[in-house]
Amino acid sequence: MDWKNGKRLPPRDGYGHGLLELCAQREDIVVLDADVAASTRTNWVRDQQPEHFYNLGISEQDLVGTAAGLALGGMTPYVSTYGVFLSGRAFDQIRTTVCYNNLKVRFGGAHAGISVGPDGATHQALEDIALARVLPRMTVVAPCDSEEVRKAVLAAADVDGPVYFRFGREATPVITDENTPFTLGKARLVREGTACAVFACGAMVYEALVAAEELAQEGIELLVYDLHTIKPLDEEAVINAAKTCGAVVTAEEHQLAGGLFGAVSETLVQHSPVPMEAVAVRDTFGESGAPEALMDAYGLNANAIVQAVRRVLARKG
Amino acid sequence: MSYDLPALCTQVRRDILEMTHAAGSGHPGGSLSAVEILVSLYFDQMKLDPAKPQWADRDRMILSKGHAAPVLYSVLARRGFFDPALLPTLRQMGSPLQGHPHMEKLAGLDCSSGSLGQGLSVANGLALAAKRLGKDYRTYCLMGDGEVQEGQVWEAAMTAAHFGLDNVCAIVDDNGVQLDGLTKDIMNVEPLDEKFRAFGWHVINVDGHDLAALQAAFAEAKATKGRPTALIAHTVKGKGISFMEGQAGWHGKAPNAQELAAALAELDRGGN
Repeated sequence: MDWKNGKRLPPRDGYGHGLLELCAQREDIVVLDADVAASTRTNWVRDQQPEHFYNLGISEQDLVGTAAGLALGGMTPYVSTYGVFLSGRAFDQIRTTVCYNNLKVRFGGAHAGISVGPDGATHQALEDIALARVLPRMTVVAPCDSEEVRKAVLAAADVDGPVYFRFGREATPVITDENTPFTLGKARLVREGTACAVFACGAMVYEALVAAEELAQEGIELLVYDLHTIKPLDEEAVINAAKTCGAVVTAEEHQLAGGLFGAVSETLVQHSPVPMEAVAVRDTFGESGAPEALMDAYGLNANAIVQAVRRVLARKG
Repeated sequence: MSYDLPALCTQVRRDILEMTHAAGSGHPGGSLSAVEILVSLYFDQMKLDPAKPQWADRDRMILSKGHAAPVLYSVLARRGFFDPALLPTLRQMGSPLQGHPHMEKLAGLDCSSGSLGQGLSVANGLALAAKRLGKDYRTYCLMGDGEVQEGQVWEAAMTAAHFGLDNVCAIVDDNGVQLDGLTKDIMNVEPLDEKFRAFGWHVINVDGHDLAALQAAFAEAKATKGRPTALIAHTVKGKGISFMEGQAGWHGKAPNAQELAAALAELDRGGN
């Protein structure tokens, strides 16, 4: 589809749509929330498929433990709350009760990134990819738009182990449609080019495409990947892209440490080191503000990607 | 099928002492306090089949106080889940008997544990699944009295009552001692019965070393409908070994050769 002419939809809507589809198909799907069902869109399940829904109240640790028990009892739970509380407050429960047992629990980390906006730093998940990614057995997915979130929810249903996905609150451009391919663990090529490879996730994929269009006017053709699955990383795509372009930029709505930049760096430094630059939050907390203003203020937009590409190309020489 | 439960309790106590001695580390105190509870469950109360550890309709037991792994391993071995000859491999590299239980390594474990305060939530989830699937298995969860200092226990206590999980039975091994000292000195948790009652549970105080009393309490729990049951099992840390009883120092220390010999001699004399 034409990425420039899509609607803007909240990625969390894709979570709700995906869950509704799954609940209609499968008896084993259960959806759990911690009193934020109206925010995560699990209220759609609560209202339309109530027999699949549990509200555990404001208790993230018990939420995750209960989901683990449901998984041990043969269910496939989707655990939903704000990503910042899910990945942080319940980290030990996710680690030792879910991942250690390799349970089929799916974690829906809502309100990911700084674009949560006015709620401020307490509610902006900027560390969740890092926290999820260090856990053995965990699959980590950061889809690029509402439609890709829906596909990720469906694709995760049969993964033999835990899965964490993160998705934003605010409406962002929808750049994929139902025919766009999506395979967990497979980076999605969205633009051909050889000057510099850009790996992006979440809403930054759209920003990367905007940046690529601007740079193309100067004859700089970016290779752009939607790196929706951060773990397991599509190492083949990452390595080949680095070899082809000789320069890499990553872009994510997350801390620099431990996220997409970390994952790509860890792979490239072992197999094919090239100059790299990152667009990410630089070891700081967010604050309250309008979502777009925050994205601009914290350097999470197309312009920041353009600048990062210029820096990395200067180093590439 | 009936077992000589008192004799089994003595055998399990021997195993606990020998295993922790062989390992050179481990948690004998809180294992010895839970012997009658777990012998009663696995040899009398629970619906299970050692030949089919994954049987979908079996009763479940979550050892939330995972450091009491030695007592659970001994009970599982004596019940026929695995060869008791494995018991001395406790805590060794490559052994299925991890320092804290890991369900992927040993058949018969219903969940891994070791990070305190998490088991009751898991038990609730299993109980919810049973109700969804129309299964009549029961889910037991054994916690320590120090463990209930973890806030998640009370989140889970709310959940069990809220969903009316009468297929959940929590047991608090209330031995009054935790790693750093007496529970009442470190962070008082009493009155446990009133706390669980206030959270909507049916509560039974029971002598956790009295097999007949435990049997009656578990039967009462099974007969209780519409809400979960908590057994506050009043126990003695290090029960059965005079120099270990009530001593925080034996929470996480293994007996040396002399201590082991003295302890086994006490068991041989039938001192408890």
